Amino acid sequence: MTLRLENVTKKFGSFTAVDDLSLEIPEKQIFGFLGANGAGKTTTFRMILGLLDQTKGSISWNEGSIGYDQSHLIGYLPEERGLYPKLKVQEQLIYLAKLRGMNKTETIKELDYWLERFKVPEYKNKKVEELSKGNQQKIQFISAVLHKPKLLILDEPFSGLDPVNVEMLKKAVVDLKESGTSIVFSSHRMEHVEELCEYLCILHHGTPVVRGRLKDIKRSFGKKNIRVHADFDTTYLEQIPGVTKYKPVQDGCELEVESESISQEVFRELQGKGFVRTFDLEEPTLNDIFIEKVGASYE
Amino acid sequence: MNKFFIMMGHTYRNRVKSKSFLITTIITVLIIFGLTNLQQIINSFSSDEEEKTVAMIAENEDWIESIKQQLGTNQEVAVEAYSGSLEEAQEKVEAGDFQSVTVLEEAENGLPQADYYANQVANTGTSEPIRQALQQLKVQIITERANVNDEVLQQISAPVAFELNALEESAKTAEELNQTRGLVYVMLFFMYFAVMMYGNMISTEVATEKSSRVMEILISSVSPVKQMFAKIIGIALVGLTQYGIFILVGYLGIQQSKNSGTGSLLESFGLTNVDPLTVVYALVFFVLGYLLYATLAATLGSLVSRLEDAQQIVAPMMMLVIAAFLISMFGLAQPDAAFITISSYFPFFAPLTMFLRVGMLDIPIWEVLLSIGILIGSIALLAFLGARIYRGGVLMYGKSSSLKDLKTALQLSKKEK
Repeated sequence: MTLRLENVTKKFGSFTAVDDLSLEIPEKQIFGFLGANGAGKTTTFRMILGLLDQTKGSISWNEGSIGYDQSHLIGYLPEERGLYPKLKVQEQLIYLAKLRGMNKTETIKELDYWLERFKVPEYKNKKVEELSKGNQQKIQFISAVLHKPKLLILDEPFSGLDPVNVEMLKKAVVDLKESGTSIVFSSHRMEHVEELCEYLCILHHGTPVVRGRLKDIKRSFGKKNIRVHADFDTTYLEQIPGVTKYKPVQDGCELEVESESISQEVFRELQGKGFVRTFDLEEPTLNDIFIEKVGASYE
Repeated sequence: MNKFFIMMGHTYRNRVKSKSFLITTIITVLIIFGLTNLQQIINSFSSDEEEKTVAMIAENEDWIESIKQQLGTNQEVAVEAYSGSLEEAQEKVEAGDFQSVTVLEEAENGLPQADYYANQVANTGTSEPIRQALQQLKVQIITERANVNDEVLQQISAPVAFELNALEESAKTAEELNQTRGLVYVMLFFMYFAVMMYGNMISTEVATEKSSRVMEILISSVSPVKQMFAKIIGIALVGLTQYGIFILVGYLGIQQSKNSGTGSLLESFGLTNVDPLTVVYALVFFVLGYLLYATLAATLGSLVSRLEDAQQIVAPMMMLVIAAFLISMFGLAQPDAAFITISSYFPFFAPLTMFLRVGMLDIPIWEVLLSIGILIGSIALLAFLGARIYRGGVLMYGKSSSLKDLKTALQLSKKEK
């Protein structure tokens, strides 16, 4: 049940929202979409869901396109949260789950489980408009996963939540993955993607600038950071070819090197000069990669 | 299909349970009940009141007697001869002993004339019977003087016999016309209010789902066309429920007033004996008219993103309904006018004007079928366009609520493969 996007382009008039996007989203994994607002994440999701038609290219899931006959297999948490403000939590989740092919008793059982899990069982018979934004978010999340979808699309699931609730939701996302759900989610928070996703794609103005496995991306990115603390002067390290940045700090320095082999070179250069307290080779953070590829930081 | 019914049921239950539905239904039921029992209500208020006594000062005692005779059946006004002066009588009126005082005099030509004094003369409930009685008295005196006997008098006052006869064999007779006019009248009102109320309800329903953004979840599980028609049919059922209650209450009310012998509303509308074909036409045009306007309302509702804008965007539609209503009201008096004929082929007017023509004129069947065909065609076209616009419109959020959005919405839903 791999989700495959091939050369997908979406144009709104003369504006290109998504440009030639090809992706393979593996089954039972968490796939992260990164990008600033307007990068084309929501448009991509809407095309995957069939709410918008792509201008060019093809999208296939399970060797077919996603249609309304499969809607019970799909869960969707839209970026703009949407629930009936005047309806009670249970009432509207029963309705929304029915539309996804769940019957009432099943729904109530699942709903109780999730409300318990998110520690909000008392909201079951409250109107949504009476809940805080964060709690509405939890209900929205429940509405996306209640029917045990095979493919779960989460558009900015963690925005507007406090750290405790973010952890709670992250845990739920990981558990869903463990139980065999393929999850696609978007965020502009690097650390969330870095923590959860094995696969990711960074979109910039509709174009994928980075895509693939997180490990591979980091490895192929090449650039690494080294922290050195030593009892001797380390300024000569700046001269080694392949060292792109040098920053002196107390009792040592921080370096950025082009590749892992350069870091080995640096390590060799340090030998026999004296006592080295710290030699720390750091993987680049997603943020570093993002800044490098997109040229700006997003927070 | 299953989802269609889930959504329809949801729309229906939600609306029927809502406070606004309950309130409008209860208020309307009370009004209907009041209207059908108007006579009893008025009676029950006035029967408590005491008989009003009018003091009458006259030189000629016979006149008072004959006025008393004239008023014989009237239970509300009693006349009492008064022998004192006018001033005394007026004081008694002010004190409340008499309701009023009437001074009856003989004019120069020997005919009666009167002055009526009461604390207030706004209520003619007492003065009018007396005036009429006096009028009768005057006629009586004059005819007596002229030696006209009673038989002649009756012949003079009897209404003339005047019957309308249509030459065309199948043309409606005057009697039939009166009956259908009643039905058309009722139907026009039903239709007008149905479109006003339920059209608005549909666009509000769509706009609510859009403004609460729940729409995006809905369209990811149910196709826009299904959604649109689930809402249209759901609201139609709400309308059916509401009208059902109204008709039931109206019927019961009429039955009740029939029992108490005050005549029925149905009779006054001439609905007792209508051609069944006309009733069938009424239903057909009602359903088609509702579908047409409901589809338009749903389409328009999908274009706005805030509830407040919903009213604004359905305004042009309301104009159409009002225009249709006014045209057909006008057409009741002259159903064969050229503009009625023309407008009966214009889809937004046809449900009312074509029904008006079918009910009141004798027109060939193909004209009716053509009009129905045009209506069905327009509904299909609107549904097709509406579904496209709906699909694009529900994803479109913005401040503006102009018809320019139609184009944007259509573009959004464009298939570009």
